[in-house]
Amino acid sequence: MLVRTLFLIALSWGVASAHALTVEEARAVALGETDARIAALSKAVANADDKTAAYLQALADDSVKAAGDKVFIVKDGKGIDPVSGAPVDIPADAEDVVSNNRMRGELDTALGAIRLFSPNAKERAASVKALAAEPDTSRLPLVEKALQSEQVESIRAQLVLARAAILIASDDPAKRTEAARSLASSRDPVTKTLLLARLKEEADPAVKSALEVALRQVESSLAWADRAGQMFSGLSLGSILLLVALGLAITYGLMGVINMAHGELMMIGAYATYVVQGVFRSYFPGAFDWYLLAALPVAFGASAVMGAFLERSVIRFLYGRPLETLLATWGISLMLMQGVRTVFGAQNVGVENPSWMSGGVVVMGALQLPWNRIIIIGFALAVLAGMAWLIARTRLGLFVRGVTQNRPIASCMGVNTARIDTYAFALGSGIAGLAGCALSQIGNVGPDLGQGYIVDSFMVVVLGGVGQLAGTVYAALGLGILNKFLEGWAGAVLAKIAVLVFIIVFIQKRPQGIFAVKGRSAEA
Amino acid sequence: MTHQASSSATPVAVLLPAPVPLLSRNGWAGFLVALIVVGAIAPVLNLWVPEGSVFHMSDYAVALIGKIMCYAICALAMDLIWGYTGILSLGHGLFFALGGYVMGMYLMRQIGRDGNYKSDLPDFMVFLDWKELPWHWALSDSFFATLVLVVLVPALVAFVFGFFAFRSRIKGVYFSIITQALTFAAMLLFFRNETGFGGNNGFTDFKRILDMPLATQSMRMTLFVLTGVTLLGFFLLARALVQSKFGRVLQAVRDAESRVMFSGYSPFGYKLTIWVISAVMCGVAGALYVPQIGIINPGEMSTAASIEIAVWAAVGGRASLVGPIVGAFLVNGAKSWLTVTAPEFWLYFLGALFIAVTLFMPQGVVGLWTRFVRRNSKKETRA
Repeated sequence: MLVRTLFLIALSWGVASAHALTVEEARAVALGETDARIAALSKAVANADDKTAAYLQALADDSVKAAGDKVFIVKDGKGIDPVSGAPVDIPADAEDVVSNNRMRGELDTALGAIRLFSPNAKERAASVKALAAEPDTSRLPLVEKALQSEQVESIRAQLVLARAAILIASDDPAKRTEAARSLASSRDPVTKTLLLARLKEEADPAVKSALEVALRQVESSLAWADRAGQMFSGLSLGSILLLVALGLAITYGLMGVINMAHGELMMIGAYATYVVQGVFRSYFPGAFDWYLLAALPVAFGASAVMGAFLERSVIRFLYGRPLETLLATWGISLMLMQGVRTVFGAQNVGVENPSWMSGGVVVMGALQLPWNRIIIIGFALAVLAGMAWLIARTRLGLFVRGVTQNRPIASCMGVNTARIDTYAFALGSGIAGLAGCALSQIGNVGPDLGQGYIVDSFMVVVLGGVGQLAGTVYAALGLGILNKFLEGWAGAVLAKIAVLVFIIVFIQKRPQGIFAVKGRSAEA
Repeated sequence: MTHQASSSATPVAVLLPAPVPLLSRNGWAGFLVALIVVGAIAPVLNLWVPEGSVFHMSDYAVALIGKIMCYAICALAMDLIWGYTGILSLGHGLFFALGGYVMGMYLMRQIGRDGNYKSDLPDFMVFLDWKELPWHWALSDSFFATLVLVVLVPALVAFVFGFFAFRSRIKGVYFSIITQALTFAAMLLFFRNETGFGGNNGFTDFKRILDMPLATQSMRMTLFVLTGVTLLGFFLLARALVQSKFGRVLQAVRDAESRVMFSGYSPFGYKLTIWVISAVMCGVAGALYVPQIGIINPGEMSTAASIEIAVWAAVGGRASLVGPIVGAFLVNGAKSWLTVTAPEFWLYFLGALFIAVTLFMPQGVVGLWTRFVRRNSKKETRA
């Protein structure tokens, strides 16, 4: 009881004394042998306050001078007393305080630890993370102090983990066991490394078993994060396939035109984005972050106009001859690629992410979800919704469906079928342009951009079935996720081959895709 | 916008026509001329006419024409499956490459210890630190086994794939896309180092064939003659196939598959047979190609390479056996000329060719020629 009281007194004294950076401390940290300075530094950090932080920062910035046994912070050419904060004159014979690299390293760590008390929650979180990654017994009082004052729940949890990471090296087996128990809730890969390292050194069987339990739990939550990560990249790939395949769902799925130049229409969309980016950079540098919004309609328009031109000039003469259409559109794709090479050069061009698309959110501790991927998933869903609305609710959609189902009757009803063909093809091409715009945000933009996706996107349409939007959606997302999961344990190339084999086998069972339109035609 | 399967303008004959000879009198004459040119005149011009002479056939021409004759075999194979059966394959590059790789493995073994690393194993295996040959190289030492495998490997792949594809009645564009995917998958596989096919460098630096040096003029000429004779042989074979009852069913499948089924035929066996024959022809072409060109790599399995085979056939004229051979010569001649003089225009030209042939010349060059001849003869009869 007495001991405990004494401890409490000592603790409260410690907290109370945190107010002061003393003259002696300031001197000891700045002057003398490096070893002594580092020892003084550790002491100072344990009782750090704002003044300590400012003083250490000044030391790290090399803006501290010393004259005799007095130290000064130099700010804008004027001297400040580090302890009182009052302005003072620097004597003429004052010399710079020089810190060697080792001292600098220690200063950086110390500053990092002091940030535990920063008013900025983000800085605190980063500081805790850094502490937990390199557990050091001398930081323990600091962490405990921070634990008392911390209000934000997530940072508190991190602090507890950091404390456990330090305590796991403690001399007391009970404390080690307790630390191992609290570490079990961590989702950080760093914790796993730490636990593995401790497990090797640990002699006490009880602690050892606690460590093992903790390790298993950390591993399982890491595995879940890993699985969620695969799911996410599968969704991301699926959303890209969906964007690519949505255009095809119109031109091939509804119209029956096999367009090998679809990838090149995407490439046109990507290059349109590149051009818009260039225009914004030269004329509206202030609004550069929003160039992507302007690029969307431009990319759609450029590809749609190209699509309409192709339909009027080539494809319309080949309706009813799918194999010839395939060859002619392949020729078109060669010419478009070469055209882009002539205009923009054979090298890839750079398209930058706007600032609001870079970075990402961290979930489940270790899993980073990039913003551009998240936005593209949302964008793909938006395009899907837009297209579903267009096909199901608008007059154009009605006409497209009518012409698809029965061309002569639609024509008899006064629908200009030739014009609808052009519109529909332009729409499909425009969506390819949107896909290209999205792809420019996550990959290279070059003349070969479309080639990489053409096999995959046709697979999606074949798998999904002709004449159906729903089939396209399921097939795109399904293939994306399947591909990423297979990649997890078989490597990228084998995964791709496995998916292709799967499709070939699947087609055996359902030659018309997942959602076949039922009919009685012998040719179906 | 649903469309019927492609219907060509061939008139339906009520009576079965009388059996026609394999080739007409003119046809045989032309065939003999071609045989003599390839088998006698070309070697004489290349080997015995002195180099300065106008009539000398340069080594470059031998290599170029030898290569194009290999392509012509592919075009002929493509014509059988596409022109006569109506199945557009975008996977013939795979069979070509398979034949080429089988031959390439044999040629790699023939290098012996003369490689850069002076090892029994091919250089790329030494480079990968492999200690022994992988299992699929077991037969690569024997020339006879190689010849058998050149036929067997493409045949087996084609049979397995075709069996499943035709059984579930995949046709039209679906079939084309699936063959394209198959070839793409194979390309990815061959690009890998651990599959034992030399990765993206493939096989090259060949030194010998049948223990004779490969880089001599007479060996090149031998291969040239062999390729020419094979091409002519395949031409006769194709002709016999097309004119037989088997060939008639194939054309019926092309024009109205449902009607063929309703008449009591199962198209499955016919399609599968011609598919395998076509694949084997491509494989043989690949095996003849590799020793002449001296390299085989997975690039031969790219989508573009397979589609180009289709355009050779289309330019020359589908459903005529001379057409694809003519087409292969025209397109590849233009290619080797253009890629030297104006490389940036080659793709424009090729692209325009794809469009022009499909839009304006569905019967190809041969179709134009026959129309021209017919019109002239009509004029004569009128006059």
